[in-house]
Amino acid sequence: MNALNSFLFVAFPYVAVMVFIVGVAYRYRQKGFTVSSLSSQFLEGKQLFWGTIPFHFGVLVVFVGHLTAFLLPRATLAWNSIPLRLIVLEVTAFIFGLSMLIGLVALMYRRFSNARIRAVTTPMDVVLELLLLAQVVLGCWIALGFRWGSSWFAADLTPYLWSLVRLSPETAAVFALPWVIKLHIVGAFALILIVPFSRLVHFVVAPLNYIVRPYQQVMWNWDRKTIRDPNTPWSEARPRNN
Amino acid sequence: MDVRSQISMVFHLDKCIGCHTCSIACKNIWTDRKGAEYMWWNNVETKPGTGYPGKWENQDIYQGGWQKNGKGIELKGAGKPKSLTNIFHNPNMPVIDDYYEPFTYKYLDLIESPPGDDQPTARPISMITGEPMDIKMGPNWDDDLSGSPDYARNDPNLANLTPAEREAMFQLERMAFFYLPRICNHCLNPACVASCPSGAIYKRGEDGIVLINQSVCRGWRMCVTACPYKKTYYNWSTGKSEKCILCFPRIESGQAPACMHSCVGRIRYLGVMLYDADGIEAVASADDADVVDRQMDMILDPFDPEVIASAKANGLADSTIAAAQASPAYKFVKVWDLALPLHPEYRTLPMLFYVPPLLPVVASVTEVDNEEQAKKMNPVGKVWPDSWLYDTTTKELFGTIDDARFPLKYMANLFSAGDTTQVSDRLKKLMAVRLHRRQITVGDLAESTVKEALADTGLTPQTADDIYYLTSLAKFDDRFVIPAAHREQAIEMMEFTGDVRGSTGFGFENDTAKRGA
Repeated sequence: MNALNSFLFVAFPYVAVMVFIVGVAYRYRQKGFTVSSLSSQFLEGKQLFWGTIPFHFGVLVVFVGHLTAFLLPRATLAWNSIPLRLIVLEVTAFIFGLSMLIGLVALMYRRFSNARIRAVTTPMDVVLELLLLAQVVLGCWIALGFRWGSSWFAADLTPYLWSLVRLSPETAAVFALPWVIKLHIVGAFALILIVPFSRLVHFVVAPLNYIVRPYQQVMWNWDRKTIRDPNTPWSEARPRNN
Repeated sequence: MDVRSQISMVFHLDKCIGCHTCSIACKNIWTDRKGAEYMWWNNVETKPGTGYPGKWENQDIYQGGWQKNGKGIELKGAGKPKSLTNIFHNPNMPVIDDYYEPFTYKYLDLIESPPGDDQPTARPISMITGEPMDIKMGPNWDDDLSGSPDYARNDPNLANLTPAEREAMFQLERMAFFYLPRICNHCLNPACVASCPSGAIYKRGEDGIVLINQSVCRGWRMCVTACPYKKTYYNWSTGKSEKCILCFPRIESGQAPACMHSCVGRIRYLGVMLYDADGIEAVASADDADVVDRQMDMILDPFDPEVIASAKANGLADSTIAAAQASPAYKFVKVWDLALPLHPEYRTLPMLFYVPPLLPVVASVTEVDNEEQAKKMNPVGKVWPDSWLYDTTTKELFGTIDDARFPLKYMANLFSAGDTTQVSDRLKKLMAVRLHRRQITVGDLAESTVKEALADTGLTPQTADDIYYLTSLAKFDDRFVIPAAHREQAIEMMEFTGDVRGSTGFGFENDTAKRGA
């Protein structure tokens, strides 16, 4: 049992994160063409709305919530020290978790019931959706059954996660957790693990640069102005299109 | 002055016979792939008609192009705030049913069906799902269907025509249509480039071709919404957007684009135009009434020494400037003022131009004394041994234009943001050239009439002959004038030569070449 625990909460997280980093870097550099999520809105747009919107906004809030408890545990505990604020936080998180669940179910229904969407579904899409479904169901279960998650995450899990970051794992607290929460933790690292192999990779290329770039883009093969000037060394100007 | 060059195409619509050869040439080269079956980078539409995708000109539905926003402009259905908030679901995105579901037929069933009581048939099947399907739409579904209630009468360009004008257009005896070949307009203010969250779309500085970098495209699909001409397409199989590339690999090797090269009616002209890139934003923000004139003003005279000097300072090659001086596109668009951009009100400053169709002219068939008629003609004129004359002359000089079977307003909605004078000026010139040539070859018009027509439109007989030559007699080399892509620069387009100095060849992007075991 201890060996299994050690594997799941020490070895597996390291493997998952390493595979994530190396895999994403490799895919981005060598297979740049594939770094996106295969949108199927063009084949079916109406049902998609009722799945993708609740799912993605749910993901955003839930992800930022987990990240906050990980990065700012003291602030999270301080916030939760007043019961009303704790309840507001937990209820909000649960609502967005439910929104994720509803969205995901709608997306899965759409994917399996629509012939056109089935035509662009890969086995990895199914694996990913099932894994996500398990993860979201477990998350909602934990939120209902093991209160109050935001507080004990900050108190128990954040030290564990930081100990992994510091390369000196402290696992006593994690080993003692109920199996539901353990599954949720393993599921989280499994999701990180399959990012480079699935459509999840699209979150890496969220188009934030669009906010700052000018609308129009003109590219020249070569800086002709410089090339025509005999005083510039020819190797100084690199073409911007490769 | 920021002088740039643009490879620009002119379509002479009077010459288009609607044969779709251009579409097929393009399809065979570029879009005969999985996920691209439904794409027609080049398509030919019957006007009046709803086109492809259906009613693409109705921006209340498709939300494409730019719109005025106070003094400036903004993207109608995309742009920074809209693209980012709609990143998970784009509400203005057309779906495949707006185009058509690609289909093929189960031809093998004709051969491989077991013996039975019935004749085997080749059933249509979807190229997406492989399931049998009912074909409801195709890429040219409304071909030649002028006057039809479902198609022609739903043409968005009829919006501001009075009911009486519409009825007159679709009277059975007066019914007419013309063809509108469309490819990507390689705009100066492209909405697709502006809408791309990934920054994958760009305009090439040397020739103005707008391209999508397939490795940078992340499939956010905002360009599909933003292009008002619906000329960026989403490949549902690769998850990337694709568009007309103006056959740049052919152009770089000195060949004409496939659509142009295959054109049966020889309606297409390709040439370089120099333009002042400083003015793009101001011109795109001009009032509807001025936008055509302002765009024409941006196009620079390639013979002007000042323009030549700025062009050289901007790095344009001498061969590019020479090509601009010999450009058939420049002649049609600027020298003769015969061509107009398609839907300038979308404010993308499209750089493909259309010579509006004069046809069909109103004509009558009259009975004449053949001998008398033959006497009137000069030796070039041909006389058929019958006594019928297809007579296109009218008492009033440009009567056929104001009285055309297409209301000028309809043409103006297509080509000049509703300004009928822009269209009628050009049609009158075409008519004057026609009268001038009729006088020369047939000789049955009074010389004074022809002189009056030419004077009215500001043409000299010499210019009219030049227009006639480029319209009717021009050889391939007159219609296709682009600068050479310099070999050394063609290499630099692919690789930075400094990186591979001392090695042989350029290698492979992903893997080394496999040789033997």
